[in-house]
Amino acid sequence: MFSELIINRRECRLTVYLDNSATTRVCPEAAETVTRALTSEFGNPSSLHSLGTRAYVRLEAARRSLAASAGAKPEEMVFTSGGTEANNLVIFGAAGSHASKKHFVTSAGEHHSVLEAFKRLEHLGAEVTILPLSSDGTVDLTGFPNALKENTALISVMAVNNETGAVNNTEQIYKTILAHYHGKKRPFFHTDGVQALTKIPLSLAFADMITLSAHKIHGPKGSGALAVKKGCQLSPMFFGGGQERNLRPGTENLPGILGFAAALEACPPYPEQPRFFKYLYDYTCSLLSGFPFVKINSAGGVYSILNFSVLGIKSETMLHFLAKKDIFVSSGSACSKGKKSHVLAAMHLPENVIDSALRVSFSRENKPEDIDVLCAALQEGYEHIYRKGKL
Amino acid sequence: MKEVLLVKTGELALKGLNRGTFEEVLIKNIKRALLGLGSVEIIKAQSTIYIEPPAENFDFSQAENLISKVFGIAAFSRAAAVSKDINTILETACVYLAPILKTAKTFKVESKRADKTFGLTSPEISARSGEAILAEFPHLRVDVNEPERRVTIEIRERLAYIYEGKIPGAGGLPVGTGGYAAVLISGGIDSPVAAWMMAKRGIKLMAVHFASPPYTGERAEMKVRALLTRVGEYAGQIKLFIVPFTEIQEQIAKNCPEDLATVLGRRFMMKAAARLARREGAAALITGESAGQVASQTLQALVCTDDAAGLPVLRPLIGMDKEEIIRIARKIDTFDISVLPYEDCCSVFTPKHPRTRPKLEKVLEAEKKIDGEALLVKALAFTKIEN
Repeated sequence: MFSELIINRRECRLTVYLDNSATTRVCPEAAETVTRALTSEFGNPSSLHSLGTRAYVRLEAARRSLAASAGAKPEEMVFTSGGTEANNLVIFGAAGSHASKKHFVTSAGEHHSVLEAFKRLEHLGAEVTILPLSSDGTVDLTGFPNALKENTALISVMAVNNETGAVNNTEQIYKTILAHYHGKKRPFFHTDGVQALTKIPLSLAFADMITLSAHKIHGPKGSGALAVKKGCQLSPMFFGGGQERNLRPGTENLPGILGFAAALEACPPYPEQPRFFKYLYDYTCSLLSGFPFVKINSAGGVYSILNFSVLGIKSETMLHFLAKKDIFVSSGSACSKGKKSHVLAAMHLPENVIDSALRVSFSRENKPEDIDVLCAALQEGYEHIYRKGKL
Repeated sequence: MKEVLLVKTGELALKGLNRGTFEEVLIKNIKRALLGLGSVEIIKAQSTIYIEPPAENFDFSQAENLISKVFGIAAFSRAAAVSKDINTILETACVYLAPILKTAKTFKVESKRADKTFGLTSPEISARSGEAILAEFPHLRVDVNEPERRVTIEIRERLAYIYEGKIPGAGGLPVGTGGYAAVLISGGIDSPVAAWMMAKRGIKLMAVHFASPPYTGERAEMKVRALLTRVGEYAGQIKLFIVPFTEIQEQIAKNCPEDLATVLGRRFMMKAAARLARREGAAALITGESAGQVASQTLQALVCTDDAAGLPVLRPLIGMDKEEIIRIARKIDTFDISVLPYEDCCSVFTPKHPRTRPKLEKVLEAEKKIDGEALLVKALAFTKIEN
């Protein structure tokens, strides 16, 4: 299950990589597949000669295995350059040319590629309702049915939050929509599944559209997909040679797509991996519970993401302290000059908790020893770093 | 026909006997700015510097861009250089300037005859050229008061030069003619602007940055390097000193009154920068302070920091509003880098309520609570130097 350890070459020190929600290391299977698609099997799937035909056959095989991961049919998959493009395609595609007459629903905890796209629609005259978050980081659905309108075109709620790991009840959202519109023309439901893929089951049975990305599951960067249920009409953002059912024309990124499929196939079968993440999550929490200065902000959820605050020490300071020891985590994007985490703010966490938030995120390459190293360093950092009113 | 760049020096002409030196430095700076474009030949005569490109495919637009950032240049023009034969001059003027004359409505010809042995006087040259242009472009009208296009013909010692209009230069004085000074650079909006302003007055720069790992990270240092690269397009090479500042800030925070932490930190920055400056032969410090902008920049706080410097502290932004500073930062292309959101040495140890009117005696007393000298010596010993 574990591939080779990451070693800091200069000092032969072990690197502890706990930022897998930012990106993951490409697994050997995917790297090999990508190299092959770049150097020997480099044909264009649209070419009619045998090299092109072989590329086409591989592309369609990849489409089948990726479709299975989203509970979709192969012909319902559209390959994109990643999650951001897929999310933009959904939002602008659903808005079409009459955005100003339409209404949209999303949540306060979405990724920037969703929130910023909706902000743009608002600027173009559309009406956007933003659902609040509960204190556990999930979307608060109490007011959801009342938010739905006759002219609602799209509801977009992420499956798993990228900062806290909170899992939203997309099935309930989908069923609410079906019940609300009951036989009438209804809006589409889209879910951003980037952080959910391989962690929780995803299916077009409970959504109309699902966004996927390769580089969060040990695949290459620049490769993503959108599962679009048959019958959902989206207007494309690009125009060209007709690839991907005209929804995303352009020569297919075959190395990226095949690498994505290879990475997916190399993942341990569900639910082996989530069980492993839950073990790491619980282990981390048990060690952190010994630190009175740590406040845990995540509430379980997907278990591959754990958000916590080291009270009194700014996120970026602790991040640099850990990085010096080759321990890589993420700040909750809190920064004195920059943006505060919009997710933690939407959870109504106090300022000092947001300012000191860190996110660790696991992959199958992590080991319990990584957590030991992390916690020892947190303790050391807490003792050595200057804190307001202390030292 | 070949093309050259004519560079007009501005204020330099005022500098009397020093002019020779000033021009030499300017020529050296121009050469350095154009280094990437091949070896240009530079000739000076009267108040003009001629840049002659080495090859046919010289990138003039890139050269103009680089030249526009060299201090000491009032204006410059791209000109045609031809032999001093009146017929050649007239012909070239009509062909070389055709693209601009075609779309213009009015024009005027100005002539300068440096070579008094040339057969025609300046008014005669202007008259003949005007006639020739009118014959070629009958839609044009001569307007001597407010012409849309000013055609200039200069008869010099070796050649005649034909050009239209002038592109304003960066002004100021050639960098290197005004001495050497050390700029304290944090990564914010102000210090690069201050550095640029002093470079404009001919001062060569070195830079001192204070890094406080782990409170600040690698990106903050990369940001400072990026800023210096932008300023360096005007100011030439800037040697960068990165002083580790963590221990000093921690000691201040641990041992001194919280409300004086900022002013004490700044005193140590001044002390460290002044020692580095002396070691490098720099005569002054430069900061981006603007009166009253923040607690550490009130007049009383400046008195306290000045006291620690021991060198003159140049504060070119002292009387400027933030908006004015930002306008310059945008002009010199440092703004977008300055606003990148990384923690810097100033933002981490900021007390909740810093004293806005610190008294020097109180500050000196507080400073005694730590072994400043030992901390400074250590910080300077671990200072990184980058060229």
